Amino acid sequence: MSQKSETPVPVPNFDNAGFWEGCRNHELRIQRCCACSALRHHPRPLCPACNSSDYDWHKVSGRGTLYTFTIVHGPTLAAFAAHAPYNVAVVQLDEGPYLVTNIVEYNGTPLRIGLPVEVVFNDVDATISLPKFRPVKPMSGSAATLKD
Amino acid sequence: MTTLRDRAAIIGIGQTAFSKQSGITEHRAACEAIRAAIDDAGLAPKDIDGFVRYDIESNTELALIYSLGIPHLRFFAGVTSGGGAVCGTLVLAAMAIATGQARNVVCFRARNRGKRSISTPGKFGGGRPWERQPQQVADFYQYHTPFGLITPAQEMALIYHRHMHEYGTTTEHFGQVAVAQRTHAERNPNAVMRQPITLSDHQSSRWIAEPLRMLDCCLETDGACAVVVTSRERARDAQHTPAYILAGAQAEGPIHIQLSDYFTHRNEETGGRSVAKQIYEMAEVSPRDINAAMFYDHFSPAVLTSLEDYGFCKPGESGPFVAAGNIQWPHGRLPVNTHGGSLSEAFIHGFNHILEGVRQIRGTSTCQVENAELVLVTSSNTDPTGAVLLRR
Repeated sequence: MSQKSETPVPVPNFDNAGFWEGCRNHELRIQRCCACSALRHHPRPLCPACNSSDYDWHKVSGRGTLYTFTIVHGPTLAAFAAHAPYNVAVVQLDEGPYLVTNIVEYNGTPLRIGLPVEVVFNDVDATISLPKFRPVKPMSGSAATLKD
Repeated sequence: MTTLRDRAAIIGIGQTAFSKQSGITEHRAACEAIRAAIDDAGLAPKDIDGFVRYDIESNTELALIYSLGIPHLRFFAGVTSGGGAVCGTLVLAAMAIATGQARNVVCFRARNRGKRSISTPGKFGGGRPWERQPQQVADFYQYHTPFGLITPAQEMALIYHRHMHEYGTTTEHFGQVAVAQRTHAERNPNAVMRQPITLSDHQSSRWIAEPLRMLDCCLETDGACAVVVTSRERARDAQHTPAYILAGAQAEGPIHIQLSDYFTHRNEETGGRSVAKQIYEMAEVSPRDINAAMFYDHFSPAVLTSLEDYGFCKPGESGPFVAAGNIQWPHGRLPVNTHGGSLSEAFIHGFNHILEGVRQIRGTSTCQVENAELVLVTSSNTDPTGAVLLRR
C-alpha cells in the first residue's frame, strides 16, 4: 500500500493482547472462558455468559462462512480510498463467533453470503498482522459449492 | 404503577433554516433553535430549568445558559449516542418533570455537517467525525477500521445486505422508501432536497457501500432543532396544541453494530422490538392505532427494519409493505416521515423527526394526516435506541 503509514492499526491492550499475538503468529486464537468454555469475540475481560474473568486463547480452525459483506465505493478514509471498490465482510467462524474482515484471493469468484472461507494473515508491520479470509478451494471443483 | 404515561408534553418547537452551509456556528444554531422553541412555548428563558442533549453534542448546557440568559438549571443530562439518542432526550425530560426535578426542559440537537459547513477542531467540531479517525486505534474500532470499515453507511450496509439475504428484500424496496419521502419533501418548504426523484433515479445513483446507493443515504446538513417539554398540567395553558408524551422508552442491546456483531440477533429481541413492547404496553395501544410514524432514517432501509420491529408488518415483510404504498402520504396505511425525513428534509440527527411529530399532532404538517391523534417517533433503530408516542 502506498499510503500504508496512514492505514489504521490496532493498539493491543491487556484485554485483547492474546488475540493480536495469535494473529502475529498466524494463528487465529479466540478468547475462551475457562469456567464455561464459551468462545467470545471481540475480546473482553468478562465472559458475557457466566461473568468469569478467567480466560485463555483458543486456537480455532480458521474456517468459517461469509455472513454478510459490503462493497465499499466511497467516501471512505483516504488510506482506503485508493483501493476502492473494496470489500468489508463479516465472517462467522465454524466455532460460532463473528469477525469483521476482508475477503482476499477470490479472483473473480462472485462474493456470496454463505461462501465457505478460511483465514489467512496479512502482515501490516513488524508487530501487527490482520486476519483476512479467502474462499476455501472447492473439493469437487464445482462452482455450485461456492453458492449458499 | 407509576409510569411516564401522559406525564409531560411538548409545548414548543423551534428550528433554524436547514442548509448545506449555514455560515453560522453550531452554538449560534443551537441558540436560535432553542430561543424559537421557548417563544413557541409562550415562555421566557428564565422559565427554563432543565436541558437534555445528546452526549456527543458540541454545545454544553453551560455555554447555552450563558448565551440565552437562563439563570438557573436544576436538571441537565446527556443521552448516550447520536441517532440513538433522539427520543431518549424526551424520555429523560419527561422523567425529570414527572419527578419534580424540573418544570420546563429544553431538548435539542445542533449540527453543522453540511459539506461546506464551518468546522472547528475536535472530534465533534463539524464535518465528518470518521474523517478524523486516529491512525493508532485503541478503542473498539480496532476490530473495524484496520479492515476499511469506517463510515456509518458501510456499517449499516452489512446489516441491510443480510436482511436482503434472509428475506428477499431488494434495493428497489430501499428506493421506494427514498422516493416516498421525497414526494413528502416536495411539499415542505423547510426541506433541503425537494426536486422529484424516481425509482429509476434511485437505481442509477452511484454506489456508496453496496447495497446502499447515494439516494439511500441521509443528507449532511447544517441546522438545529429544539423543543420545550413541560408537565401535563402546565401544557393545558400552552398557546399551541400540546403534543402529549403518551409513552416513551429506551433500549440498548443486543445489536452492537460497532462491536462486530452485525445483524446476528435480528431474529431475537432487537432494541427496537424491546422499545416497541415497552411503549405499546405503557400506552395500551397497538400499531393499528398509530396514524403516522417518523422513523429514524440515516439510510432508507432503516425504515424497513423499523416497520418490522414496531409491528407494522411481520419480520421480512417490510419490502412488500412499502412497495404497496403503505408509507406514502396521503393514502398509505401509515404515512412515514411526512417532512421528508433525513433523506430529504434534513439530517439533524433525527431531531427534526420530533418536530414533525409535533406538527402532525398540531395539524400543521405540509403532509398533514387527517385527524392525526397518535404519532410514533423513533431513534436510530440500531443500538442504543428509543421511541416516543405523541398524542393529541
